[in-house]
Order: sequence, then structure tokens, then C-alpha cells
Amino acid sequence: MEHIRTTKVEQVKLLDRFSSSNKALTGTLYLTATHLLFIDFHQKETWILHHHIASVEKLALTTSGCPLVIQCKNFRTVHFIVPRERDCHDIYNSLLQLSKQAKYEDLYAFSYNPKQNDSERLRGWQLIDLAEEYQRMGVPNSNWQLSDANRDYKICETYPKELYVPRIASKPIIVGSSKFRSKGRFPVLSYYHQSKEAAICRCSQPLSGFSARCLEDEHLLQAISKANPANHYMYVVDTRPRLNAMANRAAGKGYENEDNYSNIRFQFVGIENIHVMRSSLQRLLEVSGSRGLSVGDLYSGLQSSGWLRHVQAVLGAAVVLAKAVTTESASVLVHCSDGWDRTSQVCSLGSLLLDPYYRTVRGFMVLIEKDWISFGHKFSERCGHLDGDPKEVSPVFTQFLECVWHLTEQFPQAFEFNEAFLLQIHEHIHSCQFGNFIGNCQKEREELKLKEKTYSLWPFLLEDRVKYLNPLYQPQAQEFAVLEPNTVSFNFKFWRNMYHQFDRTLHPRQSVFNIIANMNEQNKQLENDIKDLESKATNE
Amino acid sequence: MEFSELIRTGQAQAELLRGPEAPPLRGTLCVTGHHLLLSPGPQATPDLWLLLLRSVDSIEKRVAGDCGTITLRCKDLRVLQLDIEGVEATLNIARSIEALSSLESVITSFPFFYRPKGLRLGDAWHFHPPERYYKRVAREVLLRSSQPLIGPQKRRCAEDEALLRAVLAGSRPGARGFIVDTRSAQTAKQARMTGGGTEAKAAYPGWKRLHRPLERGRPLQESFVHLVEACGDLEQSMDHWLSRLAGCRWLAHVKEALSTACLAAQGMEREGACILVHGAEGTDSTLVVTSLAQLILDPSSRTMAGFQELVEREWIQAGHPFQLRCAHSAFSHARPKHEAPTFLLFLDCVWQLGRQFPLSLEFGEGMLLALFDHAYASPFGTFLCNSEQERCLCEVRTRTHSLWSGLNQLKEQRKLRNPLYVPNPLALWPSVEPQSLRLWQGLFLRWTRPPEPSEAAWEKVWQIVTDQEKTEGSQPTVSASELQL
Repeated sequence: MEHIRTTKVEQVKLLDRFSSSNKALTGTLYLTATHLLFIDFHQKETWILHHHIASVEKLALTTSGCPLVIQCKNFRTVHFIVPRERDCHDIYNSLLQLSKQAKYEDLYAFSYNPKQNDSERLRGWQLIDLAEEYQRMGVPNSNWQLSDANRDYKICETYPKELYVPRIASKPIIVGSSKFRSKGRFPVLSYYHQSKEAAICRCSQPLSGFSARCLEDEHLLQAISKANPANHYMYVVDTRPRLNAMANRAAGKGYENEDNYSNIRFQFVGIENIHVMRSSLQRLLEVSGSRGLSVGDLYSGLQSSGWLRHVQAVLGAAVVLAKAVTTESASVLVHCSDGWDRTSQVCSLGSLLLDPYYRTVRGFMVLIEKDWISFGHKFSERCGHLDGDPKEVSPVFTQFLECVWHLTEQFPQAFEFNEAFLLQIHEHIHSCQFGNFIGNCQKEREELKLKEKTYSLWPFLLEDRVKYLNPLYQPQAQEFAVLEPNTVSFNFKFWRNMYHQFDRTLHPRQSVFNIIANMNEQNKQLENDIKDLESKATNE
Repeated sequence: MEFSELIRTGQAQAELLRGPEAPPLRGTLCVTGHHLLLSPGPQATPDLWLLLLRSVDSIEKRVAGDCGTITLRCKDLRVLQLDIEGVEATLNIARSIEALSSLESVITSFPFFYRPKGLRLGDAWHFHPPERYYKRVAREVLLRSSQPLIGPQKRRCAEDEALLRAVLAGSRPGARGFIVDTRSAQTAKQARMTGGGTEAKAAYPGWKRLHRPLERGRPLQESFVHLVEACGDLEQSMDHWLSRLAGCRWLAHVKEALSTACLAAQGMEREGACILVHGAEGTDSTLVVTSLAQLILDPSSRTMAGFQELVEREWIQAGHPFQLRCAHSAFSHARPKHEAPTFLLFLDCVWQLGRQFPLSLEFGEGMLLALFDHAYASPFGTFLCNSEQERCLCEVRTRTHSLWSGLNQLKEQRKLRNPLYVPNPLALWPSVEPQSLRLWQGLFLRWTRPPEPSEAAWEKVWQIVTDQEKTEGSQPTVSASELQL
């Protein structure tokens, strides 16, 4: 690689950022085309993928050498001391180049080769099938049908091709509505609740300005109401704070006027935008990453960052959705501005509360494929996969995973997967090792030929399934059919295992989770042995 | 004195509300000398609902029309509401509860009348003779005392100096000692004005003094009160909650106590030093430090029996004034005099230790909750009085039952034990970074959050462990590497 000048530096020190005794490990630093590797004198290896690097900083020279601080997107922070400044400078420059790619084709996924043949790779991509998922939900049916309106991404570039809409909504209505919505993202089905016959739909904001109307859009909303035989009014949930939505009206956008739409109940749920979320998490990490932190500092930092307040708001919005569906059998239409950040969060969390399937390992993959990947959450921009506009980067998906984690904490028996699963997914939205999260929408992914050139993450996670199972999971328990989380403030905690996942000194020294998982495994093994022996005994 | 003089109304019809989760209970309410009883009508369940009057921390009454409402805030942080028929009855019952719950006489308290089936008086009162934690092989000792009486004249005491010299001489040759003073250097110096003080360097060669100020007394009580207040507010915004959590400083006190205990333990374990811990009286923060240091270092204090011994030795026999410190909990409107949740602070630190080493303590959260409850109000005699001397005078050991015999009954074990316990011979060094400490929800939010999901999960853990024991016929298998990561 042309960016690498120095490939190996010896006598490098790795500092522990939370150790009070300034302990350091000495070892050798290697720079490869894809990773930075540190091997300490115990032969323990620390691998850092170039794509994970969010920032590299070279600090002022000290007597022991030149400090190099690397912050990663998976919240790892490493602090090296390189003996010679020249080496440090070379590595610093190489990492600056290697961590920011200009072209998709230079991302790791395009060179990653897990030694699978083409048919294995293709089977991996076919593992999660959204057509199958809509069938599982119960569509198409007498009220909902698959629309081919977006077959060539003509109406909406950032939507998938397969979209489900009310049967009575004709193509002209759909086209008309899409012209009245930001980025053409007209109302479509996100989740169908079979027994309540209620739907969760999603879209972007209407281009209503101060007074504009669109009859087709009004018809489409009415069609969604009518597709629900149980309840003729529907909720329209604008996930933005009221002020933001009102400000959008001046730009010719805005929100639905209740007077123009029949039978809608409109409400704001007040989730802040991607810029607020980005600086909020940044502030939180600044606080929690500082040395010699006092308890007061941590909690006032948690407060001033606003992070937990935002997490509470997102989860609160999902509760609104789930309640409307379960207690009123009402359909809900969700939007924010463009309908790919807050809308993805709220729709997917609402579905997760309503449907136990999404709380299984496989179901959770389906949920991410559906509400995030296919509906055009801009993973590449939000995760900063390429060297681009830093204002487009925002931890929206991380925040979604945190909401899920809070649910697993409140309902320890309702999820088939464990925290390690969430952390692993988070690792890979940034790693660019697999094709799933590359690109910003399905159209772009097709153009990149990701299914031919890269591998899907899901089969690899399924292969390691045992690692991600929750030993306390009770799939049959009726009380967990629909989750009703309590969003009272004290139920929200700092997610140490995410934001300090690599700071081992901060973690409990023993894991209950591993022990129980092991015992469960042993119990199952022994039960199987007994069954085997019994069947042998009866056969003989 | 007759209790009957204090009981103004024998009984009334009432409905009891026990929080959002439990169904209301309707029946005949009755005040007795030590209890509040609610007897449901014959058609309902025959079970009596019973509340020890001693556990009432504050009482609030309201009347409207011809009924009244009494809100009882209990020392275990429970809040109960009684809707009572009749204004007169409400007021009388409230007054009776007020009078009976604040009686100061020890020998008329309930433990002197409590005679449960299956327990014999005198059981489990006798532990091994009190001894400090002593590492027989390494010869380091952990000592506790009160402050030396230096006074403004900078007095010295030859016998005291000789005693500390002898401690070092009895250890290995060249041994050093650390004096951990749980007050700031300034407070310790100021104590001279009232006859106290701290050891002068020149007078105690070989001993080095370290000051680790720990909060005690009134500020600690206020911290507790503010935290409990914050935990009772279900409507507050996230910002408000977090600022109250920071502002009450409870977790900061937990961090300081744990760090100081780690310091004392580290001095012994890693530097082979002898440690003397004291504050002013040696009956509060001193005990937090010495008892936690033992849990950190000594595996035998982490067993069910060992922990009970530790509490008995380092708290009860060491003269922690339970009666004064636990006279009121977090709800009382009375101006605090001697109240301070020192023992609760210790229990919280133990809980944090248990969270970080979930396999290494034989007792579980249930044990810590039980100790908290019984320290503030109990049918057993264990936490009565302020010192051994007072307990002797009141004949507590012969006339009341010991809490330990109550807890060691078989039916209590599942609640109190940690199903995952595996003896761990190593020292337990906890992380005291704020990111590693958590609010003890099981205590502070015990009555406000729905307990079902976590209780059901705990049941499942028990089931997995029992299955394992059945199939394996042995202790759960844990490799050495899992003992300490």
C-alpha cells in the first residue's frame, strides 16, 4: 500500500487510560493494509481495523516518547507511546490516510475473503428474505398489497422496490402523494399487526408549508385508515419537536394539518435531530472518558449531555406506537423530516415491543434489514464510512441499539439474544467488513453490486449463535408477548458495556452471564445424553 | 406502662393500598401494642396483614367527609396508604400509631415478647470470641480504635505508643504501619480543641498517617434522605433525576468508603503493613472501612456464616450505636439528632462488591436487604441498644431471639443465598470508578418498580443451578480463570 511507510515499530508502550498506577504494556506495533496490530510482551494481540478509527492525534513529545491517541468508532480509545518521533509521525500519517477512504471500492468488504465460494456467499445473502417477512406478518391480504410503483426506483430513490400499500390506493394516488413528501418518501407499510389488523406505516414530512394541500396524499392516508377494519381513525406521529416541525414550514415542508385529513389524530413526540444526537454523545464520551472522574462529574455529565433524555424520548415514542396498536387497534403513521433516522428508530422499536419474533436472533436481523437497511437509513453517511461531510455523521443506529439494551435490562427473559449480540452488530456497522451496511439505500447497494462482491454479516453471526444467546430467555412466556416498558427516568442507566467495552478495568470481574450460559449448555448436554441412553436402552 | 393507655381506638374498617403493583386489601384494622393488623373479612383470604409499629418512620393523616386517610412511610422505605371509615377513628388510630411507634424503652419493645415457633431463646447468640482479622501466615494485622486524646496541650501517652510499637514488633521484622484516619487532616487537628486529635508522627515511629475523609453523621443522613426523596418521584424529568442523583452525593460516599477500604486492604496485602483505622469515636466510618477491608481480603468472611460473624463482630460488638443511628430512616420529619445510615452505606458497598464479583459472596442481595430492614425495625434482638454494655443491662441475649437464628432457618435460605456462589480464595479488588458503581435499585427502588421481571429471572437462575446440581450431583464447575478476570 502506498500509504504505509513504516510497517513495524518496536518498544511501543500501550497505556491503560483508567488505571491509576499508569500501567503500561510494552510491545510491537505493526501496520497492515487493513489493521493496526499491537502485540504485547505476553503475546496478547490488539487488532484495530483502520475503518474503526474515528480520529488520530499526535500529542506533544514527552521524555518517554511520542504519544499517539487513537479514538475508534466502537468506543475503543488507545494511547500509545512511540519511542521515536519519526516513527510516530509515519504511523500517524499512514493512519490518517488509511482510516478515510474516498471510494466505496476501497472499503474492507471488497477485499475481505472468508474462503467461501460464490454459492455459499449467495446463500448467505438469501438468509434474510424480506418477502418472506411480509408474508409472516400476514401481507398481502384483502386490505394490503404489494405495489410495483417503485420498481425501478422511479418514485423514490431511497426506498426499496417492494413496498406494501393499502389495496385501495391506486398508482396515481401513490405518485401524487410521493410528490408531496420530502425525497418522495410516501406512506408505506412498515409493520402489520395481524390480530389487531392495525398497521405501522412510515413516510417523510409533507411539503405542506403554511397552507399547501395534496388530495392524493390525503387519499392515501384515508386509505391507510380504511385498511384497518377495527378502527377508522389513525394516529400520525411526528417524531420531531413541535418547534422544529414548525420551522420546517417556512421551507415549504412541515406537518399534516388535522383539518385537511379526515380521521387523523396528530401528535409530536419530540425526538431531537441528528446534530443534537451527535453532539450529545460526543459530550457524554468526553465526560466518561476523562481520568479521575468523580461520581458527581459523571452524573452531571450524563445530565448535561442529554443522552439518556434522548434515549428516553425515543423509547417513549415506541411505547406510544405499541399502545395505539394494542389498546386501540389503531394504525399509526410515523414520520420525521426525511423519514430515515428517527422514523427508523421508532418504527423498529415499536415493532420490537409488539412482536416477540423480532426479539429472537434471526428476527432481530430481519428487523434491521427491514426498517433500517431496506428503508434507506443512510448507514454510510451516518457511520462516516467514506471521507465525507462530518455533519452527516450521527449515532442514530447506536442509539437504537441502546434502546434495545434498555429493554433487555428491563425484561431479562424476553430476548433470545444477549448484549454481546448488540455489541457485535455495532462493531460491524462501522467495520465495513461485510456488505450489509455499506451504502445509503438499496439502489446504491445494487449499483455497487454488493451481493456479488461482498459477504453478508448475518450467516457469520448465526454461525456463532451460541455466543449470542440469552440463557434466561423464556420464549413461551405470555407476559412477554407485548412488552410494556416503564420509561420512568430511573430506569435509564449509562451503558458501560458499550461505551467502555474495551476498558476492562471498569467491568465486573466475574460474569454471571457466562456462568449461567455454561451451566445451561452443560444441562442440555446431559439431558441429551440421558435421552440417547434411554433410547438405546429401549432399542435393545 | 401499659400499651393500652396509648391505644385510643381498638379497631376500624379500612382499605390498605400497598403501591401500584399489589392489590388493595380491605378489612378490619386493629392497633395492638406492637403491631398494626388488618384482618380481611371472612369471605376473603384468611391471612392477616401485619406491620410492626416500630417500622413506621413517619405518619401523615388527612380527613375528608366521614373518612380519613393515613399515609405510613416505613423505615424499609415502603409507603402504605390506609383509607379508614370514620374521622374519629382515623385520628385516634393515627395518634396511637404515632405514640406506639416512637417508644424509646428497649425492654418493652417487641423482641422481648416475640416467641416464634421452632426457635429457642439463646440460640445463635454465641459466636467465636471477638478477634480482629488476622492473617496468621503473613502476620499483618488490621486494628481499629478511636482517636487518641491528644488535646490542645499535645499530650502523649507512653502506654498507647508502646502498644502500637508492640504491634509492629509482633509483625515481621522491619514491618511498617499505616494509620488510616477517616477524617480530613484539618478536622483531625481541630479535634484537639475538644480533647481529641490524631497520632503525632514523632510519637509513633514506623507508623505513617493517611487521611481519607469519609462522610458521617448529619450530612450522610441528609444524603440518604435526598436520595430516597428522588427515588419516590415517578414523574420527574431525566434532567431532574440525574441532577438529584448527583446532588445527593450518595454514590460519592459509596465510592469514598470503598476506596478507603481498598487502601487499607492494599496496605496489608501488597505492602505487608499493619493497619490501624480510626476516626473520632471508632464506631462509625471506622467500622465501614475495617469490615469492608475484611470482605476484600478474607474469603471466610464472604460465606453466609462468616458474614454474619463479621456483622456481629465488626458492628454489633464493636459498638456501632444502632439504636441511635437507626432511630429514624429517610422519611422522618423529626430533626435528626444521632441518625445516620452508616450501616446502610456498608451494605451498599457490599452490594457493589457483589455486583462486581457475582460468584464470590455466598449471600445474595436478599441478605443485605434483610439486614437493612432488621437494623431499623425487627422482632429480633440483635440490633437492639447501642453497645454491649447496654445489651447486658437489658439482658438482650437471654430475653430476645437472635436474628441469626431467624435467618438461618431453612425456609429463608433461598431468599438470602447466592445460587452462583463458588468459594474464591483470592482478594476481591473492586473497581471504584464511577462508571463501575450503580445505584442499588433493589433497595432504593424496591417498592416503586415492578419486581416481577427481575424476580422471575432470578427464579430461572435458581432453576438452572438446581438442575445443574441434580445432573452433576456437585457444585457448579468454574475454572480458576473465571474466578478473577
